[in-house]
Amino acid sequence: MITNQIGKPANRVDGRAKVTGEAKYAAEFSAPDLTYGFVVSSAIAKGRIKSIDASQALQLDGVLQVFTHENRPGYIWGDKNYQDKDSPPGSPFRPLYDNEVQFSMQPIALVVADTFELARYAASLVKVEYVTQEFDTDFEANIGKAYVPEQYKSNPPPEPWGNPDEALASAAVKIETEYAHPSEHHNPMEMHASTVVWGDGGKMTIYDKVQGVQNSQQYIAKAFALPMEEVHVISPFVGGAFGSGLRPQYQLFLAVLAARELKRSVRVVLTRQQMFSFGHRPKTVQRFALGASTDGKLEAVMHDAFAETSKFEDYSENVVIWPGVLYHCDNVKVSHKLVALDVYTPLDMRAPGGATGIYALECAMDELAYKVGMDPLEFRLKNYSERDQNEDKPFSSKELRECYRQGAEKFGWNKRSKEPRSMREGHNLIGWGMAHGAWEATQKPAAAKAVLSADGKLTVSCATADIGTGTYTVMTQIAADTLGMPLEDVTFKLGDSSLPMSPLEGGSWTVSSVGSAVKAVCDKVGEKLLKLAQQMPGSPLASVTFKDIIFADGQIKLKNNPAQGVAVTDIINQGGFEGIEEDVSNEPDKGQSNYGRYAHSAVFVEVKVDEDLGTVKVTRVVSAIAGGRIMNPKTAKSQILGGVVWGIGMAMEEETVMDNNLGRFMNHDLDKYHVPVNADVHDIDVIFVEENDDIVNPIGAKGLGEIGIVSVAPAIANAVFHATGKRVRDLPITLDKAM
Amino acid sequence: MKDKPQNETAEKHTPFLPPKNTITLTINGVEHRLEVAPWTSLLDLLREHLDLTGTKKGCDHGQCGACTVLLNGKRINSCLTLAVMKDGSEVTTIEGLAKDGELHPVQQAFIDHDAFQCGYCTPGQICSTIGLVNEGKAKTLDDIRDLMSGNICRCGAYNNIVKVVQEALERSQAQ
Repeated sequence: MITNQIGKPANRVDGRAKVTGEAKYAAEFSAPDLTYGFVVSSAIAKGRIKSIDASQALQLDGVLQVFTHENRPGYIWGDKNYQDKDSPPGSPFRPLYDNEVQFSMQPIALVVADTFELARYAASLVKVEYVTQEFDTDFEANIGKAYVPEQYKSNPPPEPWGNPDEALASAAVKIETEYAHPSEHHNPMEMHASTVVWGDGGKMTIYDKVQGVQNSQQYIAKAFALPMEEVHVISPFVGGAFGSGLRPQYQLFLAVLAARELKRSVRVVLTRQQMFSFGHRPKTVQRFALGASTDGKLEAVMHDAFAETSKFEDYSENVVIWPGVLYHCDNVKVSHKLVALDVYTPLDMRAPGGATGIYALECAMDELAYKVGMDPLEFRLKNYSERDQNEDKPFSSKELRECYRQGAEKFGWNKRSKEPRSMREGHNLIGWGMAHGAWEATQKPAAAKAVLSADGKLTVSCATADIGTGTYTVMTQIAADTLGMPLEDVTFKLGDSSLPMSPLEGGSWTVSSVGSAVKAVCDKVGEKLLKLAQQMPGSPLASVTFKDIIFADGQIKLKNNPAQGVAVTDIINQGGFEGIEEDVSNEPDKGQSNYGRYAHSAVFVEVKVDEDLGTVKVTRVVSAIAGGRIMNPKTAKSQILGGVVWGIGMAMEEETVMDNNLGRFMNHDLDKYHVPVNADVHDIDVIFVEENDDIVNPIGAKGLGEIGIVSVAPAIANAVFHATGKRVRDLPITLDKAM
Repeated sequence: MKDKPQNETAEKHTPFLPPKNTITLTINGVEHRLEVAPWTSLLDLLREHLDLTGTKKGCDHGQCGACTVLLNGKRINSCLTLAVMKDGSEVTTIEGLAKDGELHPVQQAFIDHDAFQCGYCTPGQICSTIGLVNEGKAKTLDDIRDLMSGNICRCGAYNNIVKVVQEALERSQAQ
């Protein structure tokens, strides 16, 4: 491939729209006679609604209706109709289905009024009486009831290999340890919102905050028994999601319900508090028994995870696959059990299972390295895995050693003194820690359409999303690169359910999946252009095949003689050109499954811990990434910077605290739920090591949305140990724990 | 408070909607005469009444900074400001920064430094940067980080935002 666009640090093509306020998000599309819905949330965690009295609210001029389980229309309610493309096994939540309350802050009514302020005020006048029931929200109290689900949402835990029990018993050095992290909430800056525009003949145009417009389309079509073509979902800009938009959230259902009943356009925006009323990263406890030889060879790994789910769906994520990916060990046994609580079902949150499993594994391995008496980096090199042991496959590529080398050099790791509490600066203890990690490099089926019009402009489209990841920009680059065009002549369209099929925008697979489809469809346009060029009188391309040419600088050129070529504008201008339109439906190559496919990272962290106050400052982070081909170093670096900031949040700040007296997450706003702010973030260096991979997908990119977070929290926790000599085994590492 | 039977309270409570007030605001150089209910925040006035949706709602509680606008040149959280309190004021929103199609230097710097990802906090970050420069308090890198900490960026673009602010401060000192 000629690299005239791919690999360039292009500015975002949607940058201007975002810095001028022109970019419109789901709650920002207007409609004539728009009405506003405000959600009433349950005050109890479990029980029944005895009565709802909306009479005061309805007295107000301008309040149109209060929808509850008592007056909601009789749509179809079979719970299969409420499953979406990211549903775990179980029975999905159905808003306003009946009087049962399954979790705290469950939506129990929607007040619709002429203005937002009126709807909000009227919602405060809705009087609800409940019959409360006992509830289970205490994870620790219920861990004894943990169970193996009938069906995992994630991969089932790998089968054991070797003789882990014997190997552990005979290991010269062993540790048993337990790690925990709390529930966390995604908290994208944009709150979940849906604007349903009621059109002629009842046709609905729905603007939804979601990571898959076709997922929302299918969900609404099934839940309301509508033909797919009557449900048009649009989402050109998404104000962050990090997984929260992988499932359609309840404001979408409620807005559609109200629009259909009132035959009016309706907007429903959740409050920041209500952003804590649906999916979240599940609280997880992980137990390890690890054995090694005196020279640091890993001999046994046992890893048992216990993770939160709801009472109505069995959510699980890949928490325990990481020992088999990240370390060579001949004797491994893992398990993953669920603890069902009266909460909303957890939901994939940036690197689900990876951020959590790798955090615990990498801290436990740091403990083992110390017990053996080895440098943590040496320990990892000693136990480097050359194969994906979970599935006994070679890796498609793995440049993790190069991540160690470049990362350690940039950080100055060789200047580290090994003993905890051995480095200081005034009253600050200095700690240096490291960790490594991996994330799946997956390709999914995806479709794309390309139209080259007579004015020489190319429009490529797919129903994917850009949640800040850079999809608009990178797809434009891939298309422009494939046909040798300037970026300005290419437009990429996304976020519209009528566009070609896309997988959900998540799992770090968008560049891999949609990018491969974009390349394939542009190749088809290229083949057509070549045929047209060959028909031109005296064409230098007359006798060549597609393999013999390249597209560069607006021309089709001979690969072995680039001075010979035909300008694409000449092909278009030769007369009779009516444009080229191509579609592809792209499937991953079956041969991929013979390989373990992962991006890798090595992260080195410096912390400064105030010896008297216990305050921890993450002063320096070096993140070295092996992520395959880097499509755009500028947006790629931003992805990794964001992942590091998320790792800082996970390690130091983020925790949704359950009040087990009320069964409610208590710190449900951005004042009490702490995410990193500007002052929490200091020096971050990002390194992309060279990694070539022809197997992972046709464009060789592994995806960067999640690899950036996975090793950060453990590297910070390990640095805090190095600084203080204290192992904090439950996140976040707040100052009371660090002291 | 004395206990009363629930139904009696309900009957006697008549919901009351306050009358609207007339105010004048100059928004992005254009004078608007507006009929506004007292419970309408400046943020909701901009977004829902005037369709100036560039100013974002991220929490409605002054905890995130997404709603930052410039009021008489000073950065404020428009969600914590009732519109009726600001009769006669000048408001500049993200829509008012570019002049004749040319971006404000801070807007251009946000693009060049990739100081955003999803873009939702960006209008607030940009207004906050301009407000910070106007304040003239930030002298050091730590000052910048502290004084920009009222604007949360969940995508984590802070390091790039800091570069923009540093440049903006240098530009203002050079003038």
